[in-house]
Amino acid sequence: MKIGYLVRRFLFLVFVVWTAATVLFFIPRLSRVNPIRERFAEIQRSTGYAPRDLENIIKAFETKFGLDKPLIEQYLDYMGSVLRGDLGVSLMRYPRTVVDLIGQALPWTVILLTVTTLLTFLIGTGIGALAGWPRSPSWVKGMVTPLMVLAAVPGYLLGLLLIYFIAFRAKLLPLSGAYTTGRFLGPELSIEFILDVARHAILPALSLILTSVGFWALGMRGMGVTVQGEDYVNFAEHKGLKQGRIFYWYYVRNAILPQVTALALAFGSIVSAGILVENLYGFPGIGSLLNAAILANDFFVIYGIGMITIVAVGVSMMIIDLTYPLLDPRIRYDRK
Amino acid sequence: MQLSVPIQGPSSGPSRLTLALRYLRRNKSLLVGLGLLAFLLIFSIGGSLLIDTSTRAYPLAAPSVQPPSAEYPLGTDKDGRDLLAVMARGILLTGTVGIIAGSVGIVVGVVLGFLAGYYGGKVDSVIRWVTEVLITIPPLILQIIIASTIVDKNKVTIFTMAGVASILSWMGTARVVRSQVLTMRERTFVSMAKLSGMSNLEIIFKELMPNMLPYLAASFVGAVMGAIGATFGLEVLGLGPAREPTIGMTIRWAQFHSAIFNQWWWWVLWPSLALIAIFASLSLINRGLDEIANPRVRRSE
Amino acid sequence: MTSLNGAGQIALEVNNLQVTYYTDSGRVKAVDGVDLTLKAGERLGLVGESGCGKSTLALALMRMIKPPGRIEAGSAIIHTDMGSIDLLKLNEEEIRQARLSKISYIPQGAMNSLNPVMRVGKQMIDAMRSHIPRASERELTERAEQALESVELKRSVFRMYPHELSGGMKQRVCIAIGILLSPKVIIADEPTSALDVVVQRQVMETICRVQEKIHAAVILIGHDMGLMAQITNRVAVMYAGKLVEVSTVREMFTDPLHPYAQALIRSLPNLDNKGIFQGIPGLAPSLLRLPSGCVFHPRCEHAMEICKSAPPPKSVTPAGRFVSCHLYDEQGNRAHVTGHKQKPVASP
Ligand SMILES: Nc1ncnc2c1ncn2[C@@H]1O[C@H](COP(=O)(O)OP(=O)(O)OP(=O)(O)O)[C@@H](O)[C@H]1O
Ligand code: SF4
Ligand SMILES: [Mg+2]
Repeated sequence: MKIGYLVRRFLFLVFVVWTAATVLFFIPRLSRVNPIRERFAEIQRSTGYAPRDLENIIKAFETKFGLDKPLIEQYLDYMGSVLRGDLGVSLMRYPRTVVDLIGQALPWTVILLTVTTLLTFLIGTGIGALAGWPRSPSWVKGMVTPLMVLAAVPGYLLGLLLIYFIAFRAKLLPLSGAYTTGRFLGPELSIEFILDVARHAILPALSLILTSVGFWALGMRGMGVTVQGEDYVNFAEHKGLKQGRIFYWYYVRNAILPQVTALALAFGSIVSAGILVENLYGFPGIGSLLNAAILANDFFVIYGIGMITIVAVGVSMMIIDLTYPLLDPRIRYDRK
Repeated sequence: MQLSVPIQGPSSGPSRLTLALRYLRRNKSLLVGLGLLAFLLIFSIGGSLLIDTSTRAYPLAAPSVQPPSAEYPLGTDKDGRDLLAVMARGILLTGTVGIIAGSVGIVVGVVLGFLAGYYGGKVDSVIRWVTEVLITIPPLILQIIIASTIVDKNKVTIFTMAGVASILSWMGTARVVRSQVLTMRERTFVSMAKLSGMSNLEIIFKELMPNMLPYLAASFVGAVMGAIGATFGLEVLGLGPAREPTIGMTIRWAQFHSAIFNQWWWWVLWPSLALIAIFASLSLINRGLDEIANPRVRRSE
Repeated sequence: MTSLNGAGQIALEVNNLQVTYYTDSGRVKAVDGVDLTLKAGERLGLVGESGCGKSTLALALMRMIKPPGRIEAGSAIIHTDMGSIDLLKLNEEEIRQARLSKISYIPQGAMNSLNPVMRVGKQMIDAMRSHIPRASERELTERAEQALESVELKRSVFRMYPHELSGGMKQRVCIAIGILLSPKVIIADEPTSALDVVVQRQVMETICRVQEKIHAAVILIGHDMGLMAQITNRVAVMYAGKLVEVSTVREMFTDPLHPYAQALIRSLPNLDNKGIFQGIPGLAPSLLRLPSGCVFHPRCEHAMEICKSAPPPKSVTPAGRFVSCHLYDEQGNRAHVTGHKQKPVASP
């Protein structure tokens, strides 16, 4: 039964990714914008250089990328290469491949966003749990609304203010980048380097954390208010348990279930969640790569990033489904 | 066993307005949110009436990078826009984008949600399936792809932005409406209406709609917020309407010209404050509407 | 008190207990001056119309009244071999320790009273561990499994999750938890109202058996007079926050003293008819606006002038029955009926 469920869940993942990949394939082909022509137009705008037989060059590129073939053939080629993990070559950094560029940027993003996502989850869920608990002091209960308002502000905007006040005026932290380029030639494995990266990551992390803690707090508070009135929490008190034990094992442990689902989804969107903030701080992750690709009309990189974000979401959704029964014994693998 | 009779309060009727005001006093989020929104509207509409924003909010209307002064109370930017005019016009433009996308979202979302919830079966499956697939694509990524490929970068208008933002603005509404319709469908008043020979459409609009108003209002505000947020993201990434002084584009230009490092703080500060005020007011209104829809949340405070 | 089996020393003594809810629409005196004495091993049934304050009384004894409710006055003394304690005077930590070990509560909503994400055994061990922190895991496991057996559950239930159990089994688990630490007093608040009739009876019998085993006093709250008649020793009738009569089962059913109790008994169709009483004429009073004098007077067929102005005295008859009504003097003798209506009737 468990194996059958696993297989079904995996097939569903494949299906979702396939549909999304198909959507990604057709969107650009619905438009009349030609990526190669756009690319040369961009080069011309920025350098003034215009190749003489532009049309021929475009033709040559189209043959090379298979854009001149019938649509169905292009689609099969595309799907085949996606399956092989080949996302094409970059137009702006030709001949480097999209996979290569993404592979270079991804670790930065993953590290930054994993840390911020976890911290946000812990802080937000903690505040929400306290806010929904009847015995909490009222100032704790009142924290949720301001946090919620803060959560409506884009991280980019908060980041701007943090750069201005903390990095630029007070000079407490570096303005941008992921490490001090003058001190290190490139990433290296040393304590100094890690500390340097941490210093650079504080402001981007703060921008992301402060603007999303509110969601977690609100979600947890809502569930908490429900759970706190449940009979089993009351009965726990009748049993003479200590408040701390009731709070964690009876209240938090039940109220947190939907939060865990949301956490898995948040991990799934790790690749895209920090795009704007990374950009603002010139943090060399996926966000900065995407921005560069947008500026340079590098469509293959844009689609490549789209593809991996979708796979990430799909995989994490599958992981939630597979691990949820461990958290909630009422859900079993054979349901659905 | 006899039931005790519930005690009825005196029902002499204060006017609807007094009731609304009395309610607002308890629903602080809604009150503050509406107040902030009113301030923004008065500022931007008043500003647009008092000064000629159709020229002064555009380049070469004023000397470049002037700090706030008597003549230019909010200062000017590098291209010679008067930031006071930019703020007045920008709030209206940004609001327009949000309202268009929010309206599209609410209409499409209500229709799809009703169809899915009321008719169930195949209709429901298809709509759920589309939603499920769309959910796996992070909104910003999808919008970037659409904005960067389908749209010609140099011809972007605020309506293009509204269009792109509309693509995903219906999903939240559809989900809320579907689940509400599902729970309400089972309740007796709908079956009573069925007995009395009303058509399906009549039932939907006469019986279900009024019950859903607070939810709809909340998801409309949510959709507007989502649209403004999405638009802001695209604008910051350079996919916005280059010619229009929306709040997002103003921030984009300030960044583009390194306003912070050049100490042109006013160029960054005003649009940031405006956007924060917009988001704060919408989010407070949203919370307030939520309190109306789910009174249970309120009791915990 | 001939019908008390194995009754011995006094287990619980409640004096002048008062609980008020401070609601938006006013103060609700949900328990108003209740006196009650229970002997070890005794089973007392507590009956009364919905909303008359039965659960509030139970929760007050557990010190589980939450805002807007407040215990205003009174004492609730539990006598143990080690001495006496007043539950209402204990501090937070002391009352926490007293719960389950001195006085335990079997909840009404057993369907949802167990933590869905924790195995039954862990919840039982949790309960014991918070009172005897030093006990070994093995010892506690053994004790929990014995408790499960004593309520006719298999030992294997220890390792199950609540959702794997039926309603009756969950209720039994709650009973098993209630007796884990052999409390002096067990309060069961409509412990079977969510179960079907056959299971109800079995669960009730289980409660009685384990209670006899640990020789605890039981307060059984319920609506089902038939069930009360069969399994309790004494019955207390509550009306609008006050006890109006406490008598042995036999006396209550053959010769109720208080007019409200009489009406209750009379309204029982007969004992085969499951004895769920149908109610009596008139409306239960809103606790927000109680009538003056005797709170029952608007519905009482024996009401006299004095009933409208003066609250009735609390009397104890020579046989030890408690009644609160102007028809009886302080010694519980039928007082002169001041030329009004007919004499109280015994039930058919
Ligand atoms: N949390 C509360 N807040 C305000 N009033 C309350 C609260 N709980 C109970 N009451 C009031 O106190 C009175 C007694 O309630 P209680 O639950 O003790 O009645 P009960 O006899 O147990 O009724 P039932 O047979 O329906 O369980 C009721 O009138 C009720 O309205
Ligand atoms: S005191 Fe009077 S009104 Fe109250 S029950 Fe006795 S006779 Fe009836
Ligand atoms: Mg009750």
